Amino acid sequence: MKGFSRKSSSFWVGAALTAALLAMAALSYLWTPYPPAAIDIPHKLAPPSLAHWFGTDNLGRDVASEIIGGARVSILVGVVAVGIGLVFGLAFGLLAAFAKGVVEDSIMKACDFVFAFPALLSAIMLTSTFGPGVVNAIVAIGIANVPIIAKLTRATANSVLAREYALAARAAGRGPLAIAFDHVLPNIAPQLIVQATIQFAIAILAEAALSYLGLGAQPPQPSWGRMLSDAQNVLYNAPRLAIYPGAAIALSVLGLNLLGDGLRDALDPKLKARS
Amino acid sequence: MLLEVKDLVVDLPTSGGAVRIVNDATFRLGEGESLGVVGESGSGKTMMALALMGLAPEGARIGGSIRFEDRELVGLSEEAMRALRGDRIAMIFQEPMTALNPLHRVGEQVAEPLVLHRGMSRKAAFHEAIRLLEHVRLADPARAARAYPFGLSGGERQRAMIAMAIGCGPRLVIADEPTTALDVTVQARILALLDGLRHESKMALILVSHDLAVVAAHCDRVIVMYGGLIMESGPVDVVLRDPRNPYTRALLQARPEPGAKRGVRLKTIPGSPPHHREVGAGCPFAARCEWTIDVCRKARPPEVAFGGVHVSRCWRAAELGPHA
Amino acid sequence: MLLYVLQRLAVLAATLIIASLVVFAVMDILPGNAAETMLGPTATPEAVAALAHKLGLDQPLHVRYALWIGGALSGDLGVSYAYGSPIAPLIASSLSVSAPLAVMAMALSAAIALAAGVYSADRRGRAGDAVVMGMSQVGLAVPNFWLAILLVIVFAVTLRLVPAGGFPGWSNPARAVGALILPAVALGVVQAAILTRVTRSALLESLNEDYMRTARAKGVSRRAALWRHALPNALVPVLTIMGLQFANLVAGAIVVENVFVLPGLGRLMLQSISNRDTLVVEDCVMLTAILVIGLNFIVDVACAAIDPRLRSRAA
Repeated sequence: MKGFSRKSSSFWVGAALTAALLAMAALSYLWTPYPPAAIDIPHKLAPPSLAHWFGTDNLGRDVASEIIGGARVSILVGVVAVGIGLVFGLAFGLLAAFAKGVVEDSIMKACDFVFAFPALLSAIMLTSTFGPGVVNAIVAIGIANVPIIAKLTRATANSVLAREYALAARAAGRGPLAIAFDHVLPNIAPQLIVQATIQFAIAILAEAALSYLGLGAQPPQPSWGRMLSDAQNVLYNAPRLAIYPGAAIALSVLGLNLLGDGLRDALDPKLKARS
Repeated sequence: MLLEVKDLVVDLPTSGGAVRIVNDATFRLGEGESLGVVGESGSGKTMMALALMGLAPEGARIGGSIRFEDRELVGLSEEAMRALRGDRIAMIFQEPMTALNPLHRVGEQVAEPLVLHRGMSRKAAFHEAIRLLEHVRLADPARAARAYPFGLSGGERQRAMIAMAIGCGPRLVIADEPTTALDVTVQARILALLDGLRHESKMALILVSHDLAVVAAHCDRVIVMYGGLIMESGPVDVVLRDPRNPYTRALLQARPEPGAKRGVRLKTIPGSPPHHREVGAGCPFAARCEWTIDVCRKARPPEVAFGGVHVSRCWRAAELGPHA
Repeated sequence: MLLYVLQRLAVLAATLIIASLVVFAVMDILPGNAAETMLGPTATPEAVAALAHKLGLDQPLHVRYALWIGGALSGDLGVSYAYGSPIAPLIASSLSVSAPLAVMAMALSAAIALAAGVYSADRRGRAGDAVVMGMSQVGLAVPNFWLAILLVIVFAVTLRLVPAGGFPGWSNPARAVGALILPAVALGVVQAAILTRVTRSALLESLNEDYMRTARAKGVSRRAALWRHALPNALVPVLTIMGLQFANLVAGAIVVENVFVLPGLGRLMLQSISNRDTLVVEDCVMLTAILVIGLNFIVDVACAAIDPRLRSRAA
């Protein structure tokens, strides 16, 4: 594959940013300049200095530490939500493609239906009945991811099943699971990887929005979205506090998007030719 | 002389430098004449056809001269070229399904050149389009005009494309493999239609095809192209009866003959056509030719004329007489 | 065409019914007792039972569902527990802010996407294309509420051109629209980034199609061919994506309204969540679903109007 060896600049920039994000999340378990939740009222709203690289927020918490700590929740939500999307999306997509008929139609209709409920809306419904928290956010975002993967899986599975080697395999008596593993998954793997990367980015954005609204990660868990909400309260005094968490979110999402684009270019040259 | 092409050259830019797709093409076409352009894919025949229309891709460099109705087309402004396209020179393409816009009614598309070049109103042009569709022998032309492309069969769509091309009464029609995508029975009818249209309006036709038989049956003269170069040209019966170029001979020999003995293998030309990049200084066919000698690989063969109108590019053209 | 519209209307009705069932299920059945939620964990069982009875929560499920739907269709959406006033006017006045906001954001993003998408497809591979693509990458990554806050910092805090938020009401239309401009920009920019990419790639595909060559061969100019032949073919995927994106626009509006303190549907929903006013939340969610499903219906019909192949396939 000609495209595989030559990775575009998108890929490298994206990979670098994503690696930084992962590194921050990992670092948060080992060390942060200060405990992210440590309140220090006498030093609140301090400007950046050697002691506090990004300054402190309205409760005196060290902003740099909160940024590092916030990476953890972003990664957690991203990984689990994307995982839910992959597992259930694959299952439903394969089921739709193999079962055909009414089952396929209803699964596809259900997907279209879920599209009408963006992650945020589902999260609002869930949190209003079950209370706020990271878990509800993850479930809501995960559910929103399922239809995309399901549709993708079904489309690829259908095109694979229509090809002759799949017919030959069926004629030889191989069961659907075997065909799925041997033929469908390898074909779909590149697109899934790309899709997962992009969904990761969307999950980070959605989690940030939920936390901003107070429906996601709860204090004292540091979260970039909640940092933005806090910053808004002191917008006239210290507008800089809004820059750091927002930039962190934007750079993480940008990194993942670029990585996804780069992977798409590298893994599926056909798609690249079309753009 | 309606069309005089002299030393036409088309270069396309690639990552490895400019590649010559059409190499010093020279030919003429008179009013009402039909010229067949024969070649395999990659021979440059389609690019030459596009260059005549000024539709070579972005970045292509055109050299040489194309004189149409005593006007030089190479270097002509895009605006002037646009006035000619669809009006004085028209083109018919290979795939009627994709060559028509799926969102517009067939009648509107046939009417478009009339609106552009004759200043007709949409309504008037549409009525004229129905008349044109009838002229190309479409059953129920009114229904066809109101239909969308997906509602017509392949043969019907190609007839509509022909109607679209002849609407303004062009002097030259270029047909690029017009029947390759159609069923064999439909092919014959479409080609017969083109013949009929030609004779009634004295329009000249350039028929590009990979099929010698089609060209033999419907063209007065023929050009055989290989690797961007015109290998042989001349009146069709002369060239086919007395080919003076090894490539033409190989093409003729490769045709299946009805009545041949069973079990006898079809003759093929060994090897495959060169990529444009690989064509060097010598004859492009040298690697696959039975008659190759040393000079063939080193220098481009000159044009050798036989009786004025029959020309072959080959170092050994003289030896390829009927007794060879 | 008419047949197609009727078919889609039938699907629309069915989808709305299913949506209402889902919303009802999630909000009314699963949590168990809404009265408990409303009064909180400190309430006595008698108080909970009394409220449950007052709200009709002790009636059978299908009766409650029928009452809800019946009430909604006749304009009676119940009474807000937190405000003690009818819900319908609350929702209506919140819609009077959210609907214009959504329309402005959609219009803005469509305009930007059309211009930028055509521009970058036209200049494919050249500097202009790269710039547009780069900007769209940034636009995709920026959270809309962060952009909103940044806009507030620049235009309200620093330049003091506009107030940082709030909505003055429609009595003064000019000021009302002025209050919606920054929010519409914050919402629209992200949408514009997505739509620009879709427009560009759909247009590039169309530009590559054979009918473009046919059009040029007829004497159509490059510019006219792009607008008359390529763009209509590119519109269908773009419109479809716009429809799918509307749900995200609505979700984004919820957040952006919070930044600008706009009394729209989103704020109503959030306040009701913290007020534990579940009836209001249920109605708001249902309304949102109706808007999204309704818009997708409009998009379907618009696509069928453009592409004749879509309407014949249905028949």
